[in-house]
Amino acid sequence: MYSEQVMDHFINPRNVGEIENADGVGQVGNAKCGDIMKVYLKIENDIIVDAKFKTFGCGAAIATSSMSTELIKGKSIHEALKLTNKAVAEALGGLPPVKMHCSVLAEDAVKAAIEDYLKKQGRTE
Amino acid sequence: MGQKVYMDHAATTYTKPEVLEEMLPYFTEVFGNPSSVHGFGRQARRALDHARERTAKALNAQPSEIFFTAGGSESDNWAIKGTALANRDKGNHIITTSIEHHAVFDTCKFLEKNGFEVTYLPVDEYGMVSVEKLKEAITDRTILISVMFANNEIGTIQPIEEIGRIARERKIYFHTDAVQAVGNIPIDVEKLNIDMLSLSAHKFYGPKGVGALYIKRGVKILPYIHGGAQERNRRAGTENLPGIVGLGKAIELAVENMAAHNERLTAMRDRLIREILSRVEYSRLNGHPTKRLPGNVNFSFEFIEGEALLLSLDLKGIAGSSGSACTSGSLDPSHVLLAIGLPHEIAHGSLRLTLGDGNTDEDVDYVIEVLPEIVARLREMSPLFAQNKGGSEFV
Repeated sequence: MYSEQVMDHFINPRNVGEIENADGVGQVGNAKCGDIMKVYLKIENDIIVDAKFKTFGCGAAIATSSMSTELIKGKSIHEALKLTNKAVAEALGGLPPVKMHCSVLAEDAVKAAIEDYLKKQGRTE
Repeated sequence: MGQKVYMDHAATTYTKPEVLEEMLPYFTEVFGNPSSVHGFGRQARRALDHARERTAKALNAQPSEIFFTAGGSESDNWAIKGTALANRDKGNHIITTSIEHHAVFDTCKFLEKNGFEVTYLPVDEYGMVSVEKLKEAITDRTILISVMFANNEIGTIQPIEEIGRIARERKIYFHTDAVQAVGNIPIDVEKLNIDMLSLSAHKFYGPKGVGALYIKRGVKILPYIHGGAQERNRRAGTENLPGIVGLGKAIELAVENMAAHNERLTAMRDRLIREILSRVEYSRLNGHPTKRLPGNVNFSFEFIEGEALLLSLDLKGIAGSSGSACTSGSLDPSHVLLAIGLPHEIAHGSLRLTLGDGNTDEDVDYVIEVLPEIVARLREMSPLFAQNKGGSEFV
């Protein structure tokens, strides 16, 4: 049911972990629904120099967390804010329809982490 | 990978070679229609009658009380809709439980939309129905009680004899979905006061797509499929003879082998439960510790999600199942796990492993070795594990 890319990112997820003193942290989802994603960002001069995640969820939730952190590493926060759930799903070779919400969660988690960074800086975009 | 361990026997079993062997001639040599007058038909009819006798004997029923169907879901649908509609003049109230299989649950929901009232009895933390609550729920409009013999997810075995006695005293029909019980628990429909019982061949090493409904003589029930005289005018359609022959052989074998089967599976089950609970922190067993199906194991592991667990096990060659929402396409986890009082987040982290005759002690060893590593790996990835270490009241 999952693409090879999803299975690859599930078996060998990239960027698992936490960043101490992260510049931005975003957590979305809730345990009741069975999905929580937490994204940590290290940001220098508005460039995302490192991204890590921790996820409670299904295979697709773990794979989309892994892929979305890969997609934003090295990008500016402005570029990263343009990340869409569709782009995450496409980069994974597609997701089953019932799992599309996982990619939405990944997009939301990245955005929440960037917003947290901006808030800490006293900025809004 | 190399090792393959199938621990999903509650989903389906393989067909035993001796069962398949008996079925095969009925595809090619003995292909007649049991309704035909000629010799080909008569030969097929004899096989049909023999399968019916074997099935009846396994349940202590009469052959004329066995009706072959396409499986457990059809049997459940027939029993409930057939008696509800046939007894509408007596009342419109049905009592069932909150942990039934969807074949019963959704049929009751359908009847609710069509003028019937349904009481869904709660269960305790082990998934056990309260006989007292059942008694309280009965009204003078109650026409049917449907309580599953043993639960498909958590394996809990219900007090069927007591429920049957109450139903009989109050002159209310009693149906039981025994799909998971047949072949695992001795069943005597007379002693247990059962009026209708559903069974399915592929749960006891027979073929898929064939089952039966036991209907006690005298029960007022509508025919299910109209259009022919098969199954005493109650279930039309040319019989699935190879399947029915397989069912007959499989149920006979299951009853013959039951004591040894149960002893073997119970020992493997209890070792698996004991070892996993001791090796994995923040884990719990769902269902009753002893009043459970011999092959059923159901765990919850906190802080992780069931589908990710199943995928990881599958990568190691282990086949199980989960009550997690992510395996069903809905957002809610299993209604059974919620009914026993598990919070959503713990229900999402459930794993069902169901042992069967194909399993060995080596299979159990392999799962004991692999499962804790997988749980640990997923927990390392989970934000909840770091946050909530310390556990909750449920584990």
